[in-house]
Amino acid sequence: MNLRRLFSIVIKELRQLRRDRLTFAMIVGIPTMQLLVFGYAINMDIRHLDAAVLDQAQTWQSRELVVTLGQTGVMDFKYRLHAPQEIDTLLREGRISAALVIPPDFERRLIEQDRAALQIVVDGSDQIVQQAARQLAALPLASLLKPAPGVQVNNVEIVNFYNPERRAPINTVPGLIGVILTMTMVLFTAMAIVRERERGNLEFLIATPVSPAELTLGKVLPFIGIGLLQVTVVLTLGVLIFKVPINGSLLDVYGAALAFIIASLSLGVFLSTLAKTQFQAMQLAMFTFLPQILLSGFMFPFAGMPWPAQWLAEIFPMTHFIRLIRGIMLRAATLRDLWHELAALAAFCVVVLTIAVLRTRKRLD
Amino acid sequence: MPNTDTKTAIVARGLTRRFGDVIAVDNLDLTVERAQVYGFLGPNGSGKSTTIRMLCGLLLPSSGDIEVLGYKIPQQAEALKRRIGYMTQKFSLYDDLTVFENLDFVAAVHELTRANARTRIAELLKVYWLEELRGQLAGTLSGGQKQRLGLAAAVLHKPELLLLDEPTSAVDPQSRREFWDSLFALVDAGTTILVSTHYMDEAERCHRLAILDHGRLVADGAPRELAQALPGQALLVECDVPRGAQKVLTGFRGITAMAQIGASLRVLADGGDAQRVRIAAHLREAGIEAKVEPTTANLEDVFVAATRHSSVATSAPEKAK
Repeated sequence: MNLRRLFSIVIKELRQLRRDRLTFAMIVGIPTMQLLVFGYAINMDIRHLDAAVLDQAQTWQSRELVVTLGQTGVMDFKYRLHAPQEIDTLLREGRISAALVIPPDFERRLIEQDRAALQIVVDGSDQIVQQAARQLAALPLASLLKPAPGVQVNNVEIVNFYNPERRAPINTVPGLIGVILTMTMVLFTAMAIVRERERGNLEFLIATPVSPAELTLGKVLPFIGIGLLQVTVVLTLGVLIFKVPINGSLLDVYGAALAFIIASLSLGVFLSTLAKTQFQAMQLAMFTFLPQILLSGFMFPFAGMPWPAQWLAEIFPMTHFIRLIRGIMLRAATLRDLWHELAALAAFCVVVLTIAVLRTRKRLD
Repeated sequence: MPNTDTKTAIVARGLTRRFGDVIAVDNLDLTVERAQVYGFLGPNGSGKSTTIRMLCGLLLPSSGDIEVLGYKIPQQAEALKRRIGYMTQKFSLYDDLTVFENLDFVAAVHELTRANARTRIAELLKVYWLEELRGQLAGTLSGGQKQRLGLAAAVLHKPELLLLDEPTSAVDPQSRREFWDSLFALVDAGTTILVSTHYMDEAERCHRLAILDHGRLVADGAPRELAQALPGQALLVECDVPRGAQKVLTGFRGITAMAQIGASLRVLADGGDAQRVRIAAHLREAGIEAKVEPTTANLEDVFVAATRHSSVATSAPEKAK
């Protein structure tokens, strides 16, 4: 390893990067755009579902319930119905996603506690709506019916730690750092290395004393800086726009990000040994990107996945990073608390880089 | 340590390279003397690039022994790479770096100190008329300018051996002449140059020449020797209807090749004077009054004669991939 040579490769990469306006724009553009899109649009906490209400009880308590449920903002009661058949029609036509049915013997049920006191009919074709219904079912009816005389409702009370207001950005923004880094770091490195081969520069380089390690490291080092820059962009915007808290230490946040960046770069280096053209590199990067997003726990809860998916997810660096970053930013955990996740990232780097180095030869055949 | 005082720069014995079923280079024996321009002449797909790549350790030979500057190749290829310069067929420096940045990078790759790099680059910019272009992006240079930059980069670390793979294939005649002047200047300074080409005029300028065809070495020697040693003779048929004469002579026994040169027909034929007379007679019988005179054989005749036997169409790929 010759330091002058390594340094000159880094300088060369930076010079090329400076002239590559598209990549340069992507470095800052992708995090900003994704943060805004995910932060504003992806809101798993459903609000304002179009809904109908069928109040067959028509008592003061049932009316009170409708008003209170309406105030939670989860359902907008747009239709007041008189017959159960109307629910069918409205659901099928897609005019409503949910309907609240209050049976005629609502009050007796509340008192006797033998059957569910009310029913929420939901559009099961939408998973997110189902989830919202589950949220509603968990609402403590006792507190809804404030004066409820002599009523004892045994509902589970949910106490929401770390995100008491249930604001989605608090959950998405930390994970989004992982998404953005996966997307850009893997892609950039794989393409940067393959570009050298595709444009024929490599044939010149391998006829010089440059070593594969110097070449790879020299090309990858600038991206570590770029990755950290992206983390800074997301954190800054996340804190300023979405008021995402950083409960743990900022140093730990960057430590976790650094580990994850290195893991992603290793993956990129590995992919570059498989691809012959930049286009192939891009396809391969996408191929690793999707399962990481879907299985890492960023989109869907990890606990709900079948064991093969969980097992697969444990391999992905993003799974470990999501746990690290949520832990540090939201639960004020330290890297020491989460050392096993760091160890998993380190193991990933070692394995993937070893394979990549074994596959790299300073030859054309 | 390899012995650097020997007179030969490259020795290859039985060099063979297969790509699957295709034999790109077939049992090649080569000896290249130091401080010479050694040319590889051959059509596309004759194995020139593959041979050059094997000689600098970029491709593994399927069989055969190579010794370059005293290093066993491919075993000692890494040590060799410090002492050779290699210029690829396609421009292989960075289009998105300037002339100076490219050279600066190559200097660092070859571990020149910063001070040495600065003086050497200044020297090269001057020698290769690149001073005014130093701040220009390499991608925007003309073909000839790119070639000069490529050569400057290849000789930056003062290599003893320069391997050039069709360096002038995308360059205008004026630039080609200048480029060859630069090559001879390097040879004067003691550099050995191995250059592949498919231009006859360039092949003519080499000290020594190897003609490759379908991966085989079909002729090897100084260009003039090769022309003198040509079996058979070159004839010039002068008549009013050279195209008609060519038609009549097609398939005539003992004729290797014909090519119309302006108003006359150049014929490559076996045998001596008797054959010349027979050809004239044959034309007369066909009603063509022609003057058939012997002429001096040139390199093209050598090339045509050398490559005619292996016309068995097993086209070998020019490139490694």
